[in-house]
Amino acid sequence: MADQADFAEQAMEYMPQLYSAALRMTRNPSDAEDLVQETYLKAYRGFGGFQEGTNLKAWLYRILTNTFINSYRSKKRRPDETELDEVEDLYLYRRLGGLEAAQVGRSAEDELMDWFTDAEVKQAIEDLPENFRLAVLLADVEGFSYKEIAEILDIPIGTVMSRLHRGRKALQKQLYEYALQRGLTDRPSGPDGAGAAEPVDRQPAHTGTTAHDD
Amino acid sequence: MGEHRHDHDSDGPSHEHSHDHSHADVDCEAALAEIYTYLDGELTDDTRQRIARHLEGCNPCIEAYDFEAELRMVISRRCRNDEVPETLRLRIAERLTLIARGDDPDGGDEGARAAGA
Repeated sequence: MADQADFAEQAMEYMPQLYSAALRMTRNPSDAEDLVQETYLKAYRGFGGFQEGTNLKAWLYRILTNTFINSYRSKKRRPDETELDEVEDLYLYRRLGGLEAAQVGRSAEDELMDWFTDAEVKQAIEDLPENFRLAVLLADVEGFSYKEIAEILDIPIGTVMSRLHRGRKALQKQLYEYALQRGLTDRPSGPDGAGAAEPVDRQPAHTGTTAHDD
Repeated sequence: MGEHRHDHDSDGPSHEHSHDHSHADVDCEAALAEIYTYLDGELTDDTRQRIARHLEGCNPCIEAYDFEAELRMVISRRCRNDEVPETLRLRIAERLTLIARGDDPDGGDEGARAAGA
């Protein structure tokens, strides 16, 4: 049993994470604020049922996610939300991995940070159909395990894995579109290199491409 | 132990047969198929170690793994900088204070049920 008097001390520190997650879920700052507030009120009232020593963060996310699913999701639900294109594995790497290898003198992570803006990454996640968006958000942004996600979403672990698999590939495809739009790489077999940056070697690493040092 | 191989890096249980390929029993295709499960930390110790051994000897696979690991870090960081509106913090603190005083306009039962679900 957890004491409600301890609630503020323990739970308030998660507010920035919960608010960010709520923004990705609702895609709307006003709904996100309401969702976070409702989550904290429910959590406070139910804090007596929280087992101390178990995962408070996962417990809060479960309340957040359930509240979102029950109260907010129907508002903007689209009929085709469960549809996702088939996307090959390692979609982004096979297209941008060579670009990364062609850059010298900076860490690969710096390069990736430069490729995508905050707004693009957030938009790419928010564009995912809801089931996939929740799984990707909980795994890749919040770092929950498959088991924790299964409990938060109340779905089998196998479903978590398949939603993650497809959701991540769709996310990569969207990020690649942003890379193309910003001229970071040229469209494969596109017309006369429109919008392209200078040509780079985009061969997949498995063809034997190694770091360029020229 | 029935261990008959002497790989310097073979520190885990191995189902190895007799072939002496240094990438052990995981080829590139198998290693890349598990890339997300590996990065998610969700593989069994045995599979994780077998893939780690493959990666030690395979630069192309390491590049792919590094790329995916870095991309995930970027995605996570890029989504963590939304600023909580101060008005929201205050509103929540006020509501919690009211509830603590026993002045809970929405009633406690419903909330407790939902939270304990």
